[in-house]
Amino acid sequence: MNLDIRFPIGLMFTIIGAMIAVYGLATGGSEIYERSRGTNINLLWGAVLLAFGLIMLVLGWRAQAKARSAPPRPK
Amino acid sequence: MHTIQLGGIDYAILIVYFLFVLGIGWALKKFMKSSEDFFLSGRSIPAWIAGLAFISANLGAQEVIGMAASGAKYGIMTSHFYWVGAIPAMVFVGIFMMPFYYGSKARSVPEYLKLRFDEKTRGFNAISFAVMTVFSSGISMYALARLLELVLGWNFHASILLSAIIVLVYIFLGGLTSAIYNEVLQFFLIVLGFFPLVFLGLQDVGGWNGLVAKLNTVATGAGFQAGTWTDSWKHMDAASANPMGVEWFGMVMGLGFVLSFGYWCTDFLVVQRAMAANSMSAARRTPLIAAIPKMVFPALVILPGMIAIALHVGAGASGFLPLEKDGSPNYNMAVPVMLGHYFPSGVLGLGLTALMASFMSGMAGNVTAFNTVWTYDIYQSYIRPGQSDKHYLWMGHMATVFGILFSVLAAYAATRFNNIMDMLQLVFAFVNAPLFATFLLGMFWRRATGHGAFLGLIIGTAAAALHHGLTLPKGAMVGIKGGYLGTVLHTYPSEMAQNFWAAIYAWTACFLATLLISLATRRNKTDEELKGLVYSLTPREVEHGVPWYKQPATLGVVVLAMAVILNIIFW
Repeated sequence: MNLDIRFPIGLMFTIIGAMIAVYGLATGGSEIYERSRGTNINLLWGAVLLAFGLIMLVLGWRAQAKARSAPPRPK
Repeated sequence: MHTIQLGGIDYAILIVYFLFVLGIGWALKKFMKSSEDFFLSGRSIPAWIAGLAFISANLGAQEVIGMAASGAKYGIMTSHFYWVGAIPAMVFVGIFMMPFYYGSKARSVPEYLKLRFDEKTRGFNAISFAVMTVFSSGISMYALARLLELVLGWNFHASILLSAIIVLVYIFLGGLTSAIYNEVLQFFLIVLGFFPLVFLGLQDVGGWNGLVAKLNTVATGAGFQAGTWTDSWKHMDAASANPMGVEWFGMVMGLGFVLSFGYWCTDFLVVQRAMAANSMSAARRTPLIAAIPKMVFPALVILPGMIAIALHVGAGASGFLPLEKDGSPNYNMAVPVMLGHYFPSGVLGLGLTALMASFMSGMAGNVTAFNTVWTYDIYQSYIRPGQSDKHYLWMGHMATVFGILFSVLAAYAATRFNNIMDMLQLVFAFVNAPLFATFLLGMFWRRATGHGAFLGLIIGTAAAALHHGLTLPKGAMVGIKGGYLGTVLHTYPSEMAQNFWAAIYAWTACFLATLLISLATRRNKTDEELKGLVYSLTPREVEHGVPWYKQPATLGVVVLAMAVILNIIFW
């Protein structure tokens, strides 16, 4: 199959991570964080998801670049 | 209970997830050219992807909700489902059984049974399995729609319809590959969605030590020794010493050996993921790779339940979990209540999406296993043999549609006839437990015959039913819980103990019956025909070019050692 699963995973977590992190920035100090015991869990976890998404994308790109430069695998 | 209010950001996250799930199906559509592409992913999936799909297909909503519920009800002993149950079974299937599944080029588990034994054994397994998958996907659809109704106030019918359509579209477009790719996506979503819950919950109860102290109160309050909720083995000398009502023998034999090996080694739902791998070595590594994250899953799915019960008992009369009619806590609500308690809008959407994802991956696993067994083992074998591959590919698409349609019907049946659904699940347990004996004898004893296997399966199933009809769990009424054969010979301390022992009896009956009947009947396959299907007749494949640390045996030893260490740490 010619679809590297790391791209959709990476892209989805980058988008969702960015959404949550930005929402966390916008709602910093809000009373909604009483639930998470004062931790701005949105900012924190959004950043983690964003980083995970970007790492997946980088891994996907690296694999793609490697596949392009390597000769086709003999079958 | 109060319903949880979702914000715009939460809905937005859910929508992004749906778009990606459907997008993956759409992107894979152009690769679905033959039935092998659709049902077996063209045997092209790398080991790590197959491995994550292997656990994700099993990680349905019932697992997430059910394991947390058990964690609350029984404590850390629930992790035996992982550290004694799943892990050794996954190592066994990878090292010893996968060479025959993958090497035989069978396209499904029932097809292996046909190659190894005969047509009737395959037919029995194919039909019972097809019925089972439709009902399990229906039951999980029902469970999730009920949950969303209760927690979010969503419309029951809309939830069923929405989830059915999304799963239908992505499997219809991209077949098994689409299911597998989405399972990997869902795997990460579930892990990353539940992790903050455990983090916040543990922080709240004062870390692991704080949790242990709180759970000691839970244990002594329930009339057990302190530590019963946080020690996995210490209180297993006698069934009466722990809340599960099981002693170590019933646990190791019933859950560890029969039920777990029966499920992980013979259920096509999971085995199909490994069969889609791109090489023998990748197929063998699939369950071994899967075992590594599986091992730490108790932290993600059982721990939230343990935290919830600590908070519930700590909260006194007001409680933390909603109560059942009889005043006992509703354990199934542990995860949803925790989500609403700790997550503000934002991560709340993520947690909820993870819950939806777990449900969809479980359902898709059932549907892809169903369409393959239906098309290859029932339709192609008994209804319309000898058609073109294009015809069977078309049939696979159709089977996806009516498989989901039947699941929806099963979900509605569950709303009306709760007892019938319980009964069906029970019957399936009867069918599954003996199957592992059939496989064990089939793969490792060339003398096992078709008649032996078929009659052994039926006798094993009958033994399970007989055991169930003559025993009862403590405090249960005669009926669906057992005891319907007139006399009750034994009363088990819990339903779980009854299940474990039913499995032990069913397995033993099937094993002995297959053994004896095989000896009394003539072999129906020659040694030549059994090559690649039976251990002693198959030449060992030496895997060239695979470094030692990627060899299945090395991985298997590492995985088992890690499981032993976990058992010791939480002894």
